[in-house]
Parts: sequence; structure tokens; C-alpha cells
Amino acid sequence: MSTATAPVSPLAMTVEEGVALLVLDVPGQPVNTFTAAAQDALRDAFDTCERDPAVRAIVVTSGKPGSFVAGADIEQFLGWTTPADGERASREGQAQFARIAAGKPVVAAIHGACLGGGLEFAMACHWRIATDDPKTGLGLPEVQLGLVPGAGGTQRLPQLVGLQAALDMILTGKTVRAKKALSLGLVDELVHPAILRRVALERARELAQGTRTRRERETKPQAFLLEENPIGRAVVFRQAREKVMQRTKGLYPAPLAALEAVAAGYQGDDAQGYRTEARLFGELSMTPECRELVHLFFATTALKKDFGVDGEVPPRLPIAKLGILGAGFMGAGIASVASPAGTLVRLKDASTERVAKGLAAVRDVLKEKLVRKQVTRPRFDELLLQVSGTTDYTGFADVDLVIEAVFEELQVKQQVVREVEAVIPPHAIVASNTSTIPIARIAQASQRPARVLGMHFFSPVHRMPLLEVITHPGTDPQVTATVVEYGRQLGKTVIVVRDGPGFYANRILAPYVNAAGLLLDEGVAIEAIDEALVQFGFPVGPITLVDEVGLDVATKAGKIVADAFGARMAPNESLPRVIAAGRLGRKGKSGFYAYDEAGKKGGVDASVYQLLPTGARRTTVPAERIVQRCVYAMLNEAVLALEDGILRSPRDGDVGAVFGIGFPPFRGGPFRYIDRVGALSVVETLDLLERDYPGRYVAARTLREMAARGGRFHGEGGGAR
Amino acid sequence: MTGPRSAPRRVAIVAGVRTPFVKAGTLFKSLSAIELGRQCVAELLQRTALDAREVQAVVYGTVVPNVQAPNIAREVSLIPHLPKGVDAWSVSRACASASQAIADAADQVALGHLDVAIAGGAESLSNPPILHSRAFSDVLLQANKARSIGQKLEAFAKVRPRDLVPVTPAIAEPTTGETMGQSAEKMAKLNGITRAEQDEWALRSHRLAAAGTRDGRLTAEMFPVYVPPKYAQVATADNGIREDTSLEQLASLKPVFDKRYGSVTAGNASPLTDGAAAVLLMSEEKADALGHRPLGFLRSYAAAALDPGEQLLQAPVLAAPIALRRAGLALADIDLVEMHEAFAAQVLSNLRGFESQEWAERAGLSRPLGAVDRDRLNVMGGSIAIGHPFGATGARLLLTLLNELGRRGGRFGLLTVCAAGGLGFAMVVERA
Repeated sequence: MSTATAPVSPLAMTVEEGVALLVLDVPGQPVNTFTAAAQDALRDAFDTCERDPAVRAIVVTSGKPGSFVAGADIEQFLGWTTPADGERASREGQAQFARIAAGKPVVAAIHGACLGGGLEFAMACHWRIATDDPKTGLGLPEVQLGLVPGAGGTQRLPQLVGLQAALDMILTGKTVRAKKALSLGLVDELVHPAILRRVALERARELAQGTRTRRERETKPQAFLLEENPIGRAVVFRQAREKVMQRTKGLYPAPLAALEAVAAGYQGDDAQGYRTEARLFGELSMTPECRELVHLFFATTALKKDFGVDGEVPPRLPIAKLGILGAGFMGAGIASVASPAGTLVRLKDASTERVAKGLAAVRDVLKEKLVRKQVTRPRFDELLLQVSGTTDYTGFADVDLVIEAVFEELQVKQQVVREVEAVIPPHAIVASNTSTIPIARIAQASQRPARVLGMHFFSPVHRMPLLEVITHPGTDPQVTATVVEYGRQLGKTVIVVRDGPGFYANRILAPYVNAAGLLLDEGVAIEAIDEALVQFGFPVGPITLVDEVGLDVATKAGKIVADAFGARMAPNESLPRVIAAGRLGRKGKSGFYAYDEAGKKGGVDASVYQLLPTGARRTTVPAERIVQRCVYAMLNEAVLALEDGILRSPRDGDVGAVFGIGFPPFRGGPFRYIDRVGALSVVETLDLLERDYPGRYVAARTLREMAARGGRFHGEGGGAR
Repeated sequence: MTGPRSAPRRVAIVAGVRTPFVKAGTLFKSLSAIELGRQCVAELLQRTALDAREVQAVVYGTVVPNVQAPNIAREVSLIPHLPKGVDAWSVSRACASASQAIADAADQVALGHLDVAIAGGAESLSNPPILHSRAFSDVLLQANKARSIGQKLEAFAKVRPRDLVPVTPAIAEPTTGETMGQSAEKMAKLNGITRAEQDEWALRSHRLAAAGTRDGRLTAEMFPVYVPPKYAQVATADNGIREDTSLEQLASLKPVFDKRYGSVTAGNASPLTDGAAAVLLMSEEKADALGHRPLGFLRSYAAAALDPGEQLLQAPVLAAPIALRRAGLALADIDLVEMHEAFAAQVLSNLRGFESQEWAERAGLSRPLGAVDRDRLNVMGGSIAIGHPFGATGARLLLTLLNELGRRGGRFGLLTVCAAGGLGFAMVVERA
């Protein structure tokens, strides 16, 4: 008698009327990935089908509701130690799919996400049917993990959809929806989900009988000029390369490698392209960029299961109705993401004019969705209707959550908390969107502080992915968990941090920006500073960031942390001088950079130098040094935030920095960066900087201890999940 | 749930809200009646803290329907705030549509079929439907069915210039050909209502409405409408009220429907208006169970009809006595009256009718109802000043009546509405 149950096979096969139906359903996972077991099962099934004369055609579909195959098993990658490992895996995948492409007719029946290896498999099939459903999406996102498609994707996609469309998909990693996939020629037809299998089986029979053949993709005339001859293609590749360099500053090897792999497919024999793809795949898998992006992916995936509370996670309360106090930029922004998430929103401000402006701002954000055809017109009208405005507290009697986004001043916030608590139901949560005021101080005005916490959104709300949820010692864990879940419902990446000046993101941003300000004090050119940090991997430099956020906001935030943390945050001279001259940055169309009437950013506004300490005199500091002074201040502060208990884990700190303030994702975040460079090296650099700028670079105790014993923030082998 | 043989349940009017009423072609000109209705019901739900799952039906009225979406009530019930399983049907009783919608919903509650319903009406006269002539419509239909370009061209070749003249709807009675204004003019003559009396009534309407706006009593029943999609304008009050109008100004206007002997002018008639209104109805028990204190209860209602060619807008004189009899009350018992003012000539004719022996006998009474105390009538003005979105007025009258009854501590209220087709409607309410 067997005491162990046989493992459930990921693949179920039935044969009927000459067609084999393969249903992929990997046990223990919400979506299908090509795990080792799944790959084996697939290979065995195809071998069986090839050998069996009763099988004349094959249909492959997914047993998972809402998804086809989401990609390869990424965990596998971490086990590789040399480029040859990755190259071999790629060659095997290519060979497997080549066998499929050369064998009996195969129909891929796709419903839901069909990504990465899943799409590469589908492209090796002879016919692709997808469902006309919002869940259905096809893409090759490998670039986002620092890789290239490794199972023939760089070769088959251009053949199916043409060079330009293929490059667009591969270089960005974007997902195309069903209708677009059809018009590109990526799928051959769209059907209603209820008849997917039936139609797929029918097509398979037709392909076996020869009564259905694949249409050749029609090449549009302009595409013909560019794509069907080597000169035109050279133009396309050159333009694509320029675009990649512009976007990534050459810091990401993966898109450039992808270009190389695609181009190789047009040179030499068919095998050339596949060989190049495999080689590059292997090489990329060993790059630090790939490793860090994969770890970041794991970190954000794990974070999705974390509710920011210790122990058992309490049941979360539903948030059906949201009351927002303050219809300004942030309040309207929050409303614009709450409505698509299905929430009814009541937006309050002091006057009908302000409410009207807030509603118009919500409309502007939702209009983008309409223009991009992400929503239909009736849905757009519905989304607007879900948000209503008021100048009094009507409509607050049944809210589940209140977010206050009023003027950034303690008295004002305490006042609205008092007022709103008089009208909301007892279970309602009160959250503050403050970026600088301690939550505990706001909670002091509350009659039920257990239901008070911070929800710090970043601006603009509909684009910035991070949400900092800030708890004070009295916050009820159920409230925390509820708000975390709601933040995810809004599409945000949520970290929970403890109350403290600047919380996390602004706290680590402050010394970074300050260091840039000190460089300005010394006379370093604005563009030199910004360029250095952009070359490090930030999307924009610190001076541009200050202009974007607003010098007044930056100064206010800077003061809060300076008051709290003393010498190491002591402010620079440049910023106060510039703001005293009336320059507010982009919002005022005048700052460190020049802005035109429309608010578009131009070059550095040279007249600003007159306001700075060294005036027209410029000093040169090497880019590496600029990076050190700015980034190491941030790194140290991140460790201090962990030490002070603001952060619950280094993982939260990495994700928070990447998604909140643009820390280069391919470096993984502050803590992963420290691990990679080594705590010892970081401490040595800090000590040298401290010598030159006393009081600003005192290495955190944790760092010193770590340096002494050779420790890391994330587990050995870099697998902290 | 009560069975059909049980005694009818008492119907509570729990809450209500309306949009500001704005003149057609102004602030609401980009909004349809359906959009106005949706905004209004959405606001009603936002304000009452009612769990939307309790709502079982939306009954809504409009006079000029949208041909592509004729069941306005269903479109209103499909707002995201309400579950998709809420029933909905539309009501058409001309200017008494909202009143009939309320009565319909109330009947269902009284019968025990529903516990909670929303009723009301909306109108947009800014964009009246403009129809093609019959000849051009035939051409378009033929072209639509055509298989080839040649056949399509054949169809269009038949068009003559006069076929292209569009048909704009006039507010005329189909069986008599009389416009409503002409009917009002006729009533003024028949009932001896002078030009001066009409202008005075119009002045009264504007003065009292202006006062009600100033002191906030009238605006209390509205919500500010932030006009989508631009949100550049906000409607916060009825914009047809002329605080500064005078008898001289009114007297200077020319009669519209009879150039020679006429007395009905644009100034003493209600204007074309856009707007929406909605009320929340519940059985008394349900209101209790959910912890709502009603504005009042529906005591009775009645409708009446007469020959549109006779006196088109006089039917309230026949409906009011029936409503009062059903309520078991006399006119003297009524603390507050709201009468729809389609025209000053009409409301004054109605008032004269209440005092007339002849009309009393027609209504089956031995004695006339009596004079309506002017201090209790349209105390914050009426449709002439406030505006008259055809499909919404019935609900507006109810809201204004109940709210003001509450302020005055009165017990019983009466409202009357005249309607095209020679129809009339009356409703009696009782304060909680």
C-alpha cells in the first residue's frame, strides 16, 4: 500500500476524432509557468502525439481560469552559475519549440495572460486562437527582467508581426491586448471564451485535413519599404537603437542585446539568429542587472502577500465608499485612482470652485484612459459619476475610509480630523496623506486614534506606484491590513512603515538632495550633478527632481527632517536662496531649469547661478564623486531608517526606494546595492566622505557591525524573498 | 411581504433632492435628461447613507424622450451606485409625469410589492429632438437597405429641397392643434383673468422665489451640479429667478399667443427649463427599521381628465377634490399648498375654479372647495420663477411642499399639477 500520493501531472491529454487536447494546469500555482515538471510533461505529451498515428493534430490550452501561460519558471534562473547554464537552457527551449513547429499541426487556444515562454510556445504553434476578453494579453516581458526572450521569441515574433511591431514589443516588454494582437497578426482569430475549445478543435481538424492554411501576413506598403530589404531594416535598427539609448542611457544591456538577437535573424542562415539569442540569453542571465531585476521581481511579488502586521493577519474590511478631504492635486489624484478601483468617492473642499477644479482634474486623468481606449465611453461616464463633490459633510455618513489631503499644516489637519469624526460612522478609518507631519500628532486630535494612520501617496497619484502606509503605536492592525489591501486594490505597491519624520521615502531623499545642494554651493554645474545621477540610473537628477516637486515643498520637507535629525541633514545654502528669489520650480515655470508657457522643461536656466554662492564661478567635481556624495548619503539614511524601526525589513526599503523615488531598479534598491558593493566598502567610503564633510556621513552602527562580520542585508546567494 | 388582500401600507417619503432648475440652453445644455436624472439619483444616494442594496426600483418620468434610450428610468437605475438587479420603468403623464411616477412607486410600496423605491423625473429642453421630414426619412431608410452604391444613389436622387426642411416639435395638442400657450390664452379669456392679475402673479412668483433663495430655504432642497465633462461651471441655484423684475417690466412684454387681445406673455408663463428631481420612498416599517425619519407620508392622490379642447389646463380643479375626499380632509385642513404654475393665467384659472359652483358640481361636490389662502400658497414662488422641467416638476413640488411644511410645523399639504392632454393631478401629504 502506498503511503505517498502520486504527484498530480501538470498536463492532461485526451484524444478525440483525431485531435489531441492538451490541458496545462500546473498544480499548486495560480498561473501556469514552464516549470521543469511542466516542460517534461509537455515534451512527453508531444512525443506521444508524434508517435501516435491516431493523432492528426493537437490543441494546447490552459486549465487555469483567466491565464494561459505566464512565462518561464524564474526561480530556475537563480540556480545558474555561468553563462553556459543559461545558454543551454535557451537552446533546449528553442529545440523543443522547433520540434513542435516541425511536427503535426498544433493550435494554441489562448485565454488570459500569454507571456514570455508562453507566447514563444504559442508562436511555435501553427495556429493561434485567443479570446476577445480584457484578461487576454500577449507579450514578451523578458527585457523587464534584464533578459531577452530565450526560446525563439526574437526570431519568431518579427516573422509574425513584422520587424517594427516586434521590436516595439520586445524592447519595451509591453503586453498587447486581444484586438491589437489580432490586428498585428500575432493571433489568427478572436472568439468568445465560451467557445474557445470548440473552435480550437475545429481548426485543428481543418489544419490536419488541409482545408485550412495560414494566410500570409499582408505587409503594409510603408512597412515593405522599411522591413523587406536590408537597407530599410538598417534604418529601423538604427532608430530603435537610438531610442533605447535615449531611454536607458545605455545602462540596461538587455534591450541592446535584444536588438542584436533580432538583427542576427536577418543575417546568415536561420540558425544564426537562434544561436545568437541563446548566447545573449546566457550572458545576460549572469549580469548584475538581470540578477537585481529578478530579485526586485521576487521582492514585489512577496510584498503582495504582506499586510504589514505581525502575527496573524486580521480579516480586512471592505472599502466601498471613500471620503476625501481636499480636492487639490493630491485629493483629486486619489479620487482618480479610487473610482476605477470600484470605489464611490465623495470629494470635499471649502468652495464650489475648488470642488469643480478637483472634479476637472479627476476627469483629466480618466480622459487619458478614454483616449487610449482603455475604457469605453459609457464606462468613462460611469467612472466620473462615481465621484461627486460637496462643500459640506453630506455624503460622509456612510464612508468606510476618509483620506485627508488638506493643506500641509498640523492645525488644519487636526481640525478636519475633529470635524469629520463627528459625521463618519464608527468603523470608518481616517488616513492622512501628509508627507511631513508625524501621524501621532494628527492622531492626537482624534477620538478614536486606533483607526488613524497615514496613507502617503506620491505625485502624480495615477502614475507613481508607491504607497507608504504609516502606522503610529496605537494603530489597530486590522486598520493597517485593510488599508494595505485597499492600496493594492488601487494598483499601488504598498509598504508599511512606522511613524517618524519624513517616514521613509522622503527621509532618504533628503540627504541625497541636500548633498546635491551642497555641490551647488561649491559651484558645481547643475547639469553636471543631474547628469551624474542619471548615469547612475535615476530617471532624473536631484536638481530636476527638486524643480518637479517644487522648491517650496522640498524646503518644507527638508526642514522637518533637518529639525529631527540635526547635523547630518543641515541644509545647504543654494536652495533657500533660489526660493527666496521667488523661483518655485516647474509649478511656477521658473526654477533651476527653464520652462516654457506650457510648462515644458528646457535647459538649465543660467540666470539662476547669480543667486548661488559661487555665482558665475564653476567648480568641477568628477561624476563618480558626485554620485558618491549623493547616493551614499541616501544609502546610509536607509540603513538608519531600518535601525530606527521605521522600515520593517530591508526588502521594504529596496522596493520603497525603487518605486517611490526612482532608485535605479537594475541596482535592486539601497540594501541590495550595499550587499553588492559590500558593507565594508560602503563603510570605508562613508568614512572618507565623513572626513571631508564632517557630521554628514557618520556610518550607521548596523553598517559597521555588518562590515566587521562580513554580513549582508539579504540572505547569502541573494535569495531574500 | 404582505399579500394582495392585506390593508395597504403607509408610504413614507424619506428624503429627496433636486438639481437647480436652469433655463434651457444655459448651464445644462450639454446634459441630457438621462444624465441629469443619473446625477440626481446618485446624489440622493450619496446623501442618504442608504445601503444601495435596499433599493428595489426606480420609477422615473420624462416628457420628451430620448429615442435611442426611451426607458429613462432604466438608464437612471443603471448608475454604478445601484445594483444591476434594481427594477425600473418610465412614466409619461406630461407635466405630471414625476407625480405619477411617485404615485406608481408608492402604490407598489402600499401593496407590499416593494419596500424601498426611488421616484422622480427629469427633463432637458436644451436639445429637443429634431426630426427629418417623412419624405427624407423614407429616403434614408431606403438607402440603408440598399446593397450597392448604385442603389444608394438611386434613393438619394429622389430628395427634393423641401424634403430637407426639418420638423421641430411644437408643444401643441395633437387633437386640437392648439399650442399650450394658445390654450392658456383661451382660459384667461373664459375665466376673466386680466393681464394685470397675471403680471402680479408672475411678480409674486419671482419675489417669493428670490426670498427663498436668499434665505436658503429653496436652495436647501438642491445640490450643486458640477457640469460634466468640463466642470468649468457649477449650478448652485435656479437661474431663472428675477429678483429685480417689476410690474413695469412685465407690463412691457408683448402677448405671444394673441397679438391683439392677448394677455399671456413670456413673463407670466413658465420658461423652458432643464433639471431633475428624485425622492426616496419606503414603507413606514422599513423607514423605521433603517432608522430614517421621514419627511412625511403620502395621504392620498387623484387624477382627472377633461376635453383638451375645452380648458386644457383646468383639470386640477377636478382632481383636487377627489384627492381631498380620499384623504378625508377639507381645504381648510390644508396648511400648505403647492400649485404648478404653467402660466399665471392657468393657476389663477384653477384658483377661480376651486371657488366656482359650476366646477364644484362637475367635480361631484355640492359646494365649491373654497378660496385658497394666499399665505399658504406657493410661498416660495412657483414654476414661473423657479422653472419647469416638464418631467421633474411633480417631484419638485412634493419636495418643496414637505420641506416647508416641516419648517412651519404644519400637518397637511396639497399639491396640484396641470398637464397637457387635459389631465390633472393632485396629491395630499401628511407630515411625520
